[in-house]
Amino acid sequence: MIIEFGLYALVLSLATAIVLSILPILGARRGDANLMAVAPVAALGQFALVTTSFGILMHAHLVSDFSVANVWENSHSLIPTLYKVSGVWGNHEGSMMLWLFILSLFSALVALFGGNLPATLRANVLAVQGWISSAFILFIVLTSNPFLRIMPPPPEGRDLNPVLQDVGLAIHPPLLYLGYVGFSVCFSFAVAALMEGRIDAAWARWVRPWALAAWTFLTAGIAMGSYWAYYELGWGGWWFWDPVENASFMPWLAGTALLHSALVMEKREALKIWTVLLAILTFSLSLLGTFLVRSGVLTSVHAFASDPSRGVFILAILVIFIGGALTLFALRASSLTAGGLFAPVSREGALVLNNLILTVSTATVLIGTLYPMALESLTGEKISVGAPFFNLTFGLLMLPLLLAVPFGPLLAWKRADLLGAAQRLFFAVAAGFVIAIVIWYFENGGPVLAVLGMALAFYLMVGALTDLWLRGGFGKVPFSTALRRLAGLPRSAIGTAFAHFGLGVTVLGIVAVSAFQTENVLEMKPGQTVEAGGYALKFEGMQRGQGPNFTEDRGTFTLSKSGSSLGTISSSKRVYTARQMPTTEAGIRTFGLSQFYIALGDVMPDGGIVVRVWWKPFIVCIWFGALIMMVGGFISLSDRRLRVGAPSRRAKKAAVPALEAAE
Amino acid sequence: MTGTRMTRKQKRLAIISGGVGFIIVAVLLVMFAFSQSVSYFYVPGDLQKADVKPGTRIRLGGLVKTGSWVRGEGTTSTFEVTDTISTVKVTYTGILPDLFREGQGVVAEGSFVAGNPVFVADTVLAKHDETYMPKDVADRLKAQGVQLSGKETVK
Repeated sequence: MIIEFGLYALVLSLATAIVLSILPILGARRGDANLMAVAPVAALGQFALVTTSFGILMHAHLVSDFSVANVWENSHSLIPTLYKVSGVWGNHEGSMMLWLFILSLFSALVALFGGNLPATLRANVLAVQGWISSAFILFIVLTSNPFLRIMPPPPEGRDLNPVLQDVGLAIHPPLLYLGYVGFSVCFSFAVAALMEGRIDAAWARWVRPWALAAWTFLTAGIAMGSYWAYYELGWGGWWFWDPVENASFMPWLAGTALLHSALVMEKREALKIWTVLLAILTFSLSLLGTFLVRSGVLTSVHAFASDPSRGVFILAILVIFIGGALTLFALRASSLTAGGLFAPVSREGALVLNNLILTVSTATVLIGTLYPMALESLTGEKISVGAPFFNLTFGLLMLPLLLAVPFGPLLAWKRADLLGAAQRLFFAVAAGFVIAIVIWYFENGGPVLAVLGMALAFYLMVGALTDLWLRGGFGKVPFSTALRRLAGLPRSAIGTAFAHFGLGVTVLGIVAVSAFQTENVLEMKPGQTVEAGGYALKFEGMQRGQGPNFTEDRGTFTLSKSGSSLGTISSSKRVYTARQMPTTEAGIRTFGLSQFYIALGDVMPDGGIVVRVWWKPFIVCIWFGALIMMVGGFISLSDRRLRVGAPSRRAKKAAVPALEAAE
Repeated sequence: MTGTRMTRKQKRLAIISGGVGFIIVAVLLVMFAFSQSVSYFYVPGDLQKADVKPGTRIRLGGLVKTGSWVRGEGTTSTFEVTDTISTVKVTYTGILPDLFREGQGVVAEGSFVAGNPVFVADTVLAKHDETYMPKDVADRLKAQGVQLSGKETVK
């Protein structure tokens, strides 16, 4: 009975979303305050209904109600409670419910904290959120109903896909969706502004916190997904340029561009049209990602099921929303007035460069992702565009951006002194090279290119600190005064420094792993020792073990350096009983920022086992850098500027409940 | 900027020409990368028709022929990939994916060495799903009239 109520709540939420889609817009057109006042009520009502529906689905998973097809297909009475909860979105229907839940959450947040937006803008923004919600609720109800029953109820479930039985599933999708779907608010603001034909610096100030919050969560979600794939799949890679990864990376790139262009718009009233376009494009890329992942055009760990009607439905949503928004943009963009003037060498100029490089790079990733599909549907020819393509194009295109990043914050608005900024960054460049050469020496050589790459990474880090150093006036005024000045800096300046520093840390990880990683594939017998990264790894033997819902063969290794033991690492091959599916559990040991990574292969007839041993120096930096970027995002969100002035204060607060929801 | 200040037109021109220049570089780079690093997908039956030069990176898909998987010295394995019509021998050094099984779908990436009909793979893919058949493989096999049911076995 309660299950039917879940579906009922979902259908009611559709009705509410349709009301939200229509009445507030009519109100805004006619200047009818009563009609506009429907918007926040409907948005909150829709959120309550979707939450009820989502909660009922989660309850069914928690109590293992196998009369629900979705639970039967993706759960098992024996799996730990955590996986019962995360299993809710470990399948197509449930993940669409999570998508919808987060979309409704963002609508509710706009309703709650957007009280000081101009009434018509708020009504229009919420109505656009209502359109998106209606489309996705309709999609769920018509093609992906998670509340379908099976009669008679089977006694036991078919188990959650073993690869997904990990804490990563509890964290990665919610964070990713908070980012992905968070950009819907920017989209709604852009469409609402185009409908009103009015857009100014205040608009940018309202949009920026939402963009920043979405970007921060997306950063965390992508990094989490990357680390999860790294330790779970047992391939030792952290990024595969897989279309599904690209699907989340493209909104991130566009969102990064949006953050920076909104800054120019807020401060200088320039780049208005461009910022509106970027807001539309960013969410369009989120929608495209949803289409790629959910429609079954790709096969990957993320494509849970492929049903052609779903693909067509999402494609229709994609075409209507992107096409509609871009048409509106084409009709209205000319009526928006162009903004302030600036010299090519200026803070604005640097941010334009940032936008140019980020959008062009996004385009290359898009081409590389879609080209094989387009070619196949046109000519039937099947090709694969993999890492070599992306490393060559994306890697080279990003290079000038990385070089320019430390310059940005040092340049003045309107007109700046490039030579002066270069002089102030001289220390960063020199420090970068010195540290890089020292590391190169301790890693016993390696490609010369590695020195350049690491110098770039340290230049980014020191460059980010240089900005804070100069703003605080360290070296010029007494130390305590400088510290006080540093503490008094706008939070956004500190957030920027964190984010740029984090970027440097990530670049360091990427360069060091590419240049210094060692990989060894060999057959080992018990007692045999192999050397990697200066450590000696001894294979002790295999034991058979039993988990709650799997059996495993566990290989134990002891690690030692120059005679002294450093403990054991174990890696195992599991077979999950319900699906009879094998998986590899990698053995990972972290030393500082570097990691040892062991994956087991097949047992040989003579008792040996194939083992793959990696030494991955500085690899932790890749995700640690993303974490620092995320911290930078949160610091920036707490900026006073985003609080000062009524509407922006509310917008800032809005990010806080979103954070709580993620925990 | 030092010296004389730029006019509005000059500023705009400088920014636009810089942007267009960068886009042209990007387009050339993408075209170059497509010509260099894209690998084509074949099933064994295509190889006789298509003239694949030794050293050209391709993806070879099909089913692992039952009874063909031999574990050689150390970490090298050989197996045969078939589309039920023709068969290609593949050698691979490394750890095969967990779901690599005889009779099931597989995609091997690598190239041929001159004067040798054996395909040298450096990557072997099989998805993490028990009913999986790589989509490329399934499509091509269907096109060749092979009946697929989800759980594939080929004798």
